[in-house]
Amino acid sequence: MATIILFAPLIGALIAGFGWRIIGEAAAMWVTTGLLFLSAILSWIIFLTFDGVTQQIELLRWVESGSLSIDWAIRLDRLTAIMLVVITSVSALVHLYSFGYMDHDPQWKEHESYKPRFFAYLSFFTFTMLMLVTADNLLQMFFGWEGVGVASYLLIGFYYRKPSANAAAIKAFVVNRVGDFGFLLGIFAIFYLTDSIRFDDIFTTGPQLSETQIAFLWTEWNAANLIAMLLFIGAMGKSAQLFLHTWLPDAMEGPTPVSALIHAATMVTAGVFLVCRMSPILEYAPEAMMFVTFLGASTAFVAATIGLVQNDIKRVIAYSTMSQLGYMFVAAGVGVYSVAMFHLFTHAFFKAMLFLGAGSVIHAMHHEQDMRNYGGLRKKIPYTFWAMMIGTLAITGVGIPLTYIGFAGFLSKDAVIESAFAGTAGGYAFWMLVIAALLTSFYSWRLMFLTFFGAPRGDKHTHDHADESPKVMLIPLGVLALGSVFAGMIWYNSFFGHTDTVAKWFGVSYAEAEAHAEEGAEAADADHSETTGDGTHHYVFTGAPGEGAIHHAPGNTVLNDAHEVPKWVKVSPFVAMIIGLATAFWFYILNPALPRKLAEVQRPLYLFLLNKWYFDEIYDAIFVRPARAIGGIFWKRGDGNIIDGSINGLAMGLIPMLTRFAGRAQSGYIFTYAFAMVIGIVVLITWMTLTGGAE
Amino acid sequence: MDNLLSIVTFVPALAALILIIFLRGDEAAAHRNAKWLALIATSVTFLVSLFILLQFDRSDTGFQFVEERTWIMGLTYKMGVDGISILFVMLTTFMMPLVIAASWDVNTRVKEYMVAFLLLETLMLGVFMALDLVLFYLFFEAGLIPMFLIIGIWGGKARIYASFKFFLYTFLGSVLMLVAMVAMYSDAGSTDIPTLMRHEFGSETFSLMGVQIVGGLQTLLFLAFFASFAVKMPMWPVHTWLPDAHVQAPTAGSVVLAAILLKMGGYGFLRFSLPMFPVGADVMTPLVLWMSAIAIVYTSLVALVQEDMKKLIAYSSVAHMGYVTMGIFAANQQGIDGAIFQMISHGFISGALFLCVGVIYDRMHTREIDAYGGLVNRMPAYALIFMFFTMANVGLPGTSGFVGEFLTLVGIFQVNTWVALVATSGVILSAAYALWLYRRVVLGDLIKESLRSITDMTRREKAIFAPLVVMTLLLGVYPALVTDIIGPSVEALIAEYDIARAEGSTLRMLAQN
Repeated sequence: MATIILFAPLIGALIAGFGWRIIGEAAAMWVTTGLLFLSAILSWIIFLTFDGVTQQIELLRWVESGSLSIDWAIRLDRLTAIMLVVITSVSALVHLYSFGYMDHDPQWKEHESYKPRFFAYLSFFTFTMLMLVTADNLLQMFFGWEGVGVASYLLIGFYYRKPSANAAAIKAFVVNRVGDFGFLLGIFAIFYLTDSIRFDDIFTTGPQLSETQIAFLWTEWNAANLIAMLLFIGAMGKSAQLFLHTWLPDAMEGPTPVSALIHAATMVTAGVFLVCRMSPILEYAPEAMMFVTFLGASTAFVAATIGLVQNDIKRVIAYSTMSQLGYMFVAAGVGVYSVAMFHLFTHAFFKAMLFLGAGSVIHAMHHEQDMRNYGGLRKKIPYTFWAMMIGTLAITGVGIPLTYIGFAGFLSKDAVIESAFAGTAGGYAFWMLVIAALLTSFYSWRLMFLTFFGAPRGDKHTHDHADESPKVMLIPLGVLALGSVFAGMIWYNSFFGHTDTVAKWFGVSYAEAEAHAEEGAEAADADHSETTGDGTHHYVFTGAPGEGAIHHAPGNTVLNDAHEVPKWVKVSPFVAMIIGLATAFWFYILNPALPRKLAEVQRPLYLFLLNKWYFDEIYDAIFVRPARAIGGIFWKRGDGNIIDGSINGLAMGLIPMLTRFAGRAQSGYIFTYAFAMVIGIVVLITWMTLTGGAE
Repeated sequence: MDNLLSIVTFVPALAALILIIFLRGDEAAAHRNAKWLALIATSVTFLVSLFILLQFDRSDTGFQFVEERTWIMGLTYKMGVDGISILFVMLTTFMMPLVIAASWDVNTRVKEYMVAFLLLETLMLGVFMALDLVLFYLFFEAGLIPMFLIIGIWGGKARIYASFKFFLYTFLGSVLMLVAMVAMYSDAGSTDIPTLMRHEFGSETFSLMGVQIVGGLQTLLFLAFFASFAVKMPMWPVHTWLPDAHVQAPTAGSVVLAAILLKMGGYGFLRFSLPMFPVGADVMTPLVLWMSAIAIVYTSLVALVQEDMKKLIAYSSVAHMGYVTMGIFAANQQGIDGAIFQMISHGFISGALFLCVGVIYDRMHTREIDAYGGLVNRMPAYALIFMFFTMANVGLPGTSGFVGEFLTLVGIFQVNTWVALVATSGVILSAAYALWLYRRVVLGDLIKESLRSITDMTRREKAIFAPLVVMTLLLGVYPALVTDIIGPSVEALIAEYDIARAEGSTLRMLAQN
């Protein structure tokens, strides 16, 4: 079944990409979409019936060289199962949505056929993404990793006539390659130390690696920390974490369905998946994990600040994505991988919906993306409005504090923040995330207010013709809305319940914590309801590394501790959300002139945020330009003056011969000349070898 | 058939002879005959060479299909293949029919053109099969002549300069190699390559004119051979002949140059340098590794600023050859497996890239990147194929370009992490220059007036690319096709090398105390 899920999209991509001339455009689109729905249904079956025991399916030999032996193989465990439903569901819905969105795209001329290509790319992306999450070894994962990079490149640059789209596509690929550089070095280091890169082999080496020192570059490192850091650099690139994030906002050049699928729900979460997947090693790399936490928290904050002032509707959501990815990394960084996956899971629903909703707005507004030209669209496109409203309620985390009732984001985000508090003892990461929650609420509501409330701004004609999108676009929104509302409540216990529930769900073994041994004995048989007991449910993870889908080192009780954080911690994200909402309401509904005034008063700060902390400009100055300048110097000076210069100088010693040679050359005798020279050498060597050896 | 290798080697030469003797006239019919004969001869060569592959015993690490005859002046004619050389033979026979097919539009001096390519094939095959030092040298050096002619006659405007530079460079290397060969003969008393591989050349440190030569005779011999192979490879900093030669060569010449001729250097390292002078190689390894790492970064940066498509691809070739030398001198299974794999794969990929340039050069007669832009609008099939090979060149997993790069890097990481770090940065730079090239040539709107009527690839052109696409994908998805063949021979090579190297370093330790 997993094999069908994996290859159905590839087959779809090939049929649509190469066969559309034969079967026709519409057929190509239906084939890809149909196969994707097939994959999605099978994925849900696997997800709902999965028993937590890791399965492996070998497909074909791949790279073999000496002790390095790698197969194409599928690994199916809880992490994979979660990713399968996320990827195939969102992808299937995006395929469907694209029927409407890509119809009559104004970027193309009348007779041009772009739809099969688009659908083929989407399906190809889905295939590579599935390869990534079903990989059974690091190299196959890297195959998927690079594959999604290419698909992303192709789709960002889909409008190939637009210079900005082409530039964004290259940027996305090259910046990702910087991350891949780290990822590759991580793979090399793992192979060097463990003589394998199959997950089964390397997962058991975690404790050993933490005791090992490795000489890398100028000094000795702790092996586990080094590997974790190198792999995390890869994750930073793909998941747009701080310093390697600059490609993500630019990637919004791609068509909006692409942004929803690749740059919100699936590809960008690959980094989080990688970190969770590698938990058996990362658990033994405490310093690296501190860095993951720190960087995730910083990203969540920085991205949220930039999101405050962006005017392009898609860019706001892009920064929001980056910020939410930061949340996931914090959860993983403090060692609660299940919560990282929880937020990944819920985020996929509501973020895909926000993007598709934004796409619906853009579609209605004739491809206008500047929110300053929106306003008052609530009445014109009511379904889209309600979908966006649900998405916003989900992302900002609306729910009833201290209960388990709320939108998906409420449950998962609070879980992240509670874990952050427990994991860092209320430190930097916790506060950054709470502030980011406030900012998230502000920019999300700002988007809503600017788009759907107030008076219509911008081109009147466009507003007059703003119509609700067709059903093929609204149905996916409806499905995702269900996920955004219920995904959190349904799966809360599986991801962030008590240790034993989570352990069962991920196929890891567990035991009662020693301090509560007697009480725990009774509770072991008891049905684990949602009631937060008074110490009756204390369990610890005991799974050996490599058992089940995630691993917790002995002593990692953050999941347990997260349930016991003070009440004010549990309420803090809710308070932050309310403050953000209130401020946005005040700024954009009550007093719409205020934001402009504030921007004028705080002009440097405003520009700093508007220009995205000047990352692009700084990178251009310290990487891009110097690289080109050095390339030029190497070429003209190095190759030209120094190397060729010396060679020519050397040749000058042979001037008499050279001039004769050149003279002859022009008169066309060069060939006979060359011929004679080589024959000469041949005779020479024959003679020399014969006599030289005869001594 | 106990003379299978000779048959494969000399079928093209025979065809060339037939052309020289029997083909007369310069009219269209004669041109057509010359082309067809060349195509048939190269195809037959390929088909016959398949028998070598089929009958090859993978578990045998020695030489197979060996032929040995006495020849003029007491020389020996000895041919054979092992796991290291057989795939180069296959690469050559596979590429040549495609090269001929790609030359279908040549219409000046067609007969001579075909003769040159046919002779070139014989000489290249000879290089990879020769098991006698003198024979090897003959093939190795004589191969220069047809290439020299191809650039000189059918090349671009500055062809004289380019062919002269090409000749001068390779010639200087050859002279040193010649001297070394004489020295080897006088030391070992044989020109038989298997014998020389077993012979232990002196490795005691001595001083020559006040300079301590660590590794003694072996180091000197190594350096002499190195001079020749490094130029052929080409390694930084003796690479500057390659961009010029490529730019001036006709498309088919570039393809042969990149796909096959460059591999002679790498093959030479594996056949001579490592097995015959292990101590010398060991002593010089750090230098070679750093030259390789520098080559990767340096030439990638240079590629970034090129304005001529062929030059850009030529520089990218130098960078890719950097992975090869790095892998060879990492001297472990992954490194050498990867190096050979990279050479084979680069044969397909760089060959295809030069053919891609050829496709549009045939239409527009310029290689200036600025002269293009927006080709995708009128040439979708071309855009697809160019994209595919661009990605393969960048080393995308799933294409053959990745496997070689990955294995060599895995190999080097075990030896020197600094070199690994510098070399791995090549994955970033290669993406930058390759995609930047693609964007400027293929993407964007088609606004240049001159490109308005450009046509997409013809059926013939597509047919040439098809086998290359298949090979690139096949080796990327199932590289065991290659590694199963080369693995045992490489393992044996490394085992011998490690023993000799260990002895050498013990000796040096003793000498120091």
